[in-house]
Amino acid sequence: MKLELDTAGRVLIARIDGELDLSTAPQFRAALEQALDRTMARDLVLNMKGVGFVDSSGLGAILGRYRRVTQAGGKMAICGVSGRVKPILELSGILRIVPLFDSETGALASF
Amino acid sequence: MASEADVRNRVHIEVDSVPENIGLVRLAVAGMAAHARFTLAEVEEIKVAVSEAVSNSVIHGYRDGRGVIKVTAVLEPGGMRVTVRDEGSGMADVEECRRARGGGDPERMGLGFMFMESLMDSLEVESSPGRGTTVRMFKAFTREAGPGG
Repeated sequence: MKLELDTAGRVLIARIDGELDLSTAPQFRAALEQALDRTMARDLVLNMKGVGFVDSSGLGAILGRYRRVTQAGGKMAICGVSGRVKPILELSGILRIVPLFDSETGALASF
Repeated sequence: MASEADVRNRVHIEVDSVPENIGLVRLAVAGMAAHARFTLAEVEEIKVAVSEAVSNSVIHGYRDGRGVIKVTAVLEPGGMRVTVRDEGSGMADVEECRRARGGGDPERMGLGFMFMESLMDSLEVESSPGRGTTVRMFKAFTREAGPGG
């Protein structure tokens, strides 16, 4: 799993590449926590274009960051979800609380 | 349970209970499923279910140390049977663990069993404290057999 981090104003953009499971979730969690601390970002966009697999460990790591961001008054959005991964996001119920966008531009415009 | 004569292919993998091996097991089982009559979406569903079962063994089964996880995938005429077995700490009350949403590891949201139940056609969990856990799952083919099966 690779993570590319970027900022746009008060938004932290995390572009994820690879698989999100128990072997990569701790690294994902730590990198995002550190970036949120460092950048003082308020909102978070997760670009999942490069994610080919996600399971409950990956979803848990995503939801944990959602909690942090929203508890601090920010918003979170997900974009670029592939057709392979989308059914799992739907089944988990995460899409009922986190808005989904096709593109990063769309996600950024929603804040 | 299908008889030996019905077994079209069998893969057996034994791995140490470390997170890095979850992807390895998932890929092996998915590779086998992809060569069978499953649709791409069904292969993805099997991958997630296998990932959850093996993750449970790593996180809960062997939470106090490292052990061995045994995974068997069997192709039968009607679908694929996957068994994930550990000899770890086991569960006193399987039903309670299956129902526990958000129990165990808070970051996994208790979704593991829900995913296995939803994504596979059957799920059986056998477990007792100190004697490990065995998860048996079955996924049926939905696509018609082509000429030659």
